[in-house]
Amino acid sequence: MRSPRSRPIHPWPLRVMHWLNALAILTMIGSGWQIYDAAPIFSFRFPTSITIGQWLGAAIAWHLAAMWLLVLNGIAYLAWGALSGHFRRKLAPPTPRALWRDAVLALRLRLDHRHGVYNAVQRALYLGVIALGVLAVLSGLAVWKPVQLWWLSDLFGGFRASRVVHFLAMAGIVGFLAVHLALVALVPRVLWPMIGGGSAAEEVP
Amino acid sequence: MSGKFERRALLGRALAFGALGALTGCDYDHPHHPDLADRALRAMSSWNDRVQAALFDPATLAPTYRPDQITRPPRFNAYYDLDQVRVVDGESWKLDLFGAIAERRPWRLAELRAAPQESQITRLICVEGWRVVGQWNGVPLHWFLRRIGADLRARYVSVRCADGYYSSIDMASALHPQTILALDFLGRPLTPPFGFPVRLRTPTKLGFKNPKSLVALGVTNVDPGGYWEDQGYNWFSGS
Repeated sequence: MRSPRSRPIHPWPLRVMHWLNALAILTMIGSGWQIYDAAPIFSFRFPTSITIGQWLGAAIAWHLAAMWLLVLNGIAYLAWGALSGHFRRKLAPPTPRALWRDAVLALRLRLDHRHGVYNAVQRALYLGVIALGVLAVLSGLAVWKPVQLWWLSDLFGGFRASRVVHFLAMAGIVGFLAVHLALVALVPRVLWPMIGGGSAAEEVP
Repeated sequence: MSGKFERRALLGRALAFGALGALTGCDYDHPHHPDLADRALRAMSSWNDRVQAALFDPATLAPTYRPDQITRPPRFNAYYDLDQVRVVDGESWKLDLFGAIAERRPWRLAELRAAPQESQITRLICVEGWRVVGQWNGVPLHWFLRRIGADLRARYVSVRCADGYYSSIDMASALHPQTILALDFLGRPLTPPFGFPVRLRTPTKLGFKNPKSLVALGVTNVDPGGYWEDQGYNWFSGS
């Protein structure tokens, strides 16, 4: 038996799923940008130097391969989070008051980081990006199968609207990633626990 | 695996993300040495073919539209420009039949005109992501396949076109009630850019699975591939 003192900040299933998701989501975003470029819905394109696949056929092949990793890993994460109590313990939706308080502290750069404890802003961001991930998958299925999954296509308002929703979900996830990576850059000691696990007991303030 | 598939590497240049870079070999431009990523992507594309075949419901119809929703002017699209469209002579044109078909006698345009017709206002979604609505009228393919004594248990319906284009669809999609050998577009006989004299119209699949100006149609159990499919586009490409 491990002592409570050596309990990791991030248990191993979470770490494995986190990095699989990172691989899947970066592949989805990079190939998705290349697919978008074949018929842009806004007045800009993504430079090919930052896309995955270089041409439409390859980008679609990457996108429809990585979707399986994204979806299966995502389902595993949701099931694990619900069954292990992770969501209940770590990701309880914040109250508006707590969110306001922590947001103000964060913007003044006075919000402490405690390993393994998510503040209200973090919880709001994590819950938000999980919701965006679900939205991206559902709208993506609507774009992929507008005939067979016609009810899903109708739910999003048809083929073109599904494309717009899919794009906006991507944009939200990219926005989350920008904040997520900026915070890791500001507080680099949070990176190792997501790789090696870390130890929750060491970090009690 | 088709050699043509390997002609164009799925990957292209170096990847932006390091983690994926580990998957790439250095021979991805060599036709006989597809790299690990190419082979993995092809395997996943075949898996996606099987998933789409399982997801395909023969009773689910593609959505239909009102006449005022038709896209005007219609959008031309091919693997070449408009000025390179081949013009087929309707008088001498015939549709050759090959493969697992009992009556392999070629069909003339007038014979197709005399067959039962089905009219539809449906949506064409291009693999690029744009969509148009058009009106097509023609012979239901399920009627035609039965009429020529095709083996309906075969896996593929394969078509070849006057411009060198070729493609193939699964038998379940070929027997779908909305899959037709289109003769008319927007209420008039097809014009050369839109597939005169006969176009395979498959509203349950992406636009490139709707080949134009057919010259031959066959039924086979050997994967016939397709012009775009052999370059790496997903074969089933159902909507």
